[in-house]
Amino acid sequence: MLKNLKMDLHVHTCLSPCGDLAMLPRRIASRARQQGLDAIAISDHNSAENVVAVRKAAEQEGVAVIGGIEVTSEEEVHILALFDDDEGLFELQRVIYDNLPGVNDEQAFGEQVLADEHDEVTGINDRLLIGATELSVDTIVDTIHSLGGLAIAAHIDRERFGIIGQLGFIPEGLALDGVEVAAEKRAQEEGSRVQGFKGSSPGTLGPSTPFPAITSSDAHFIDDIGRSSTVFLVEEATASEIGKALRNEDGRSILACS
Amino acid sequence: MKLKEIVEKLNLEVATPASDLDRDVSGGYASDLLSDVMANSREGNVWVTMQIHQNIIAVASLKELAGIVVVNGRKPEQKVLAKAEQENIPVMLTGLQAFEIAGRLCELGIRGNTK
Repeated sequence: MLKNLKMDLHVHTCLSPCGDLAMLPRRIASRARQQGLDAIAISDHNSAENVVAVRKAAEQEGVAVIGGIEVTSEEEVHILALFDDDEGLFELQRVIYDNLPGVNDEQAFGEQVLADEHDEVTGINDRLLIGATELSVDTIVDTIHSLGGLAIAAHIDRERFGIIGQLGFIPEGLALDGVEVAAEKRAQEEGSRVQGFKGSSPGTLGPSTPFPAITSSDAHFIDDIGRSSTVFLVEEATASEIGKALRNEDGRSILACS
Repeated sequence: MKLKEIVEKLNLEVATPASDLDRDVSGGYASDLLSDVMANSREGNVWVTMQIHQNIIAVASLKELAGIVVVNGRKPEQKVLAKAEQENIPVMLTGLQAFEIAGRLCELGIRGNTK
């Protein structure tokens, strides 16, 4: 049966160097429930190491947790990868780690804390998660798809790390499943702007078909969780159902962005 | 100054041999943010960047830039270079950093755009 499910598909944890240290699994789960979210996706920069802990912590809150990573391409474009299957998720993490040079400097970029479902600190990740991988945006999208995930261009309305800011326009032939608009704007407006952007662009820049747009919070602090979200008409909170909604398949759809 | 003189004087490697280097250079622009290049570069500019994504060719073509200098020893993929030749956009390579090549362009009398 199809249901209206409210989701915030872009939430960081204390693993992201720019994420607040209070972004611990139980606190995130509790805030997500308070905000009336049915599901969240955990999408730290270039890592999925806190996904399982948040999922466990969220079970008792009745909030579903989709595994994700916010991948940084060599062009410094952020792509959200969402998976139902942890095997695909952690294989993507392995590919990222193999192509992510550098070591984190806590003083400069912030701590990268690993935590368990009881909010106990279990370790520190010392990779340069804030850095860029040596993978092109096209390779990242192809890799996500080959591993069974969804690829959504993150915060396309921001100049820094958004695909339009970095690359001028969405490259032709890039098989994105959708685009995400940051909290400060509404996706429906942005969706039409993106279509307008394509329609009015000189020459043959960019793809000819518009991309479905979602909004999410890109939360780095507890209070930001659910500040922006998307309501999907789907059977359950999974990446595969979200994929159907993005493609308007089998009655699934995006109902509202706020 | 003609682009081909710049290529010779700065010892740039031309990655698109079929493209035409006999064109005037109006000035220079350096940026890796393609939206910024679309907004602020001018026709005839030589563009210094480390971006190698295929979108650089469309941006250079749209803005009618004189050519693209790719820095830090980076090289676009063959399909990008093929597109550049098709659009007649010269792509030149250097092992130097953006700062250094921009300085040398200035020494040759190539200037940034004025408002």
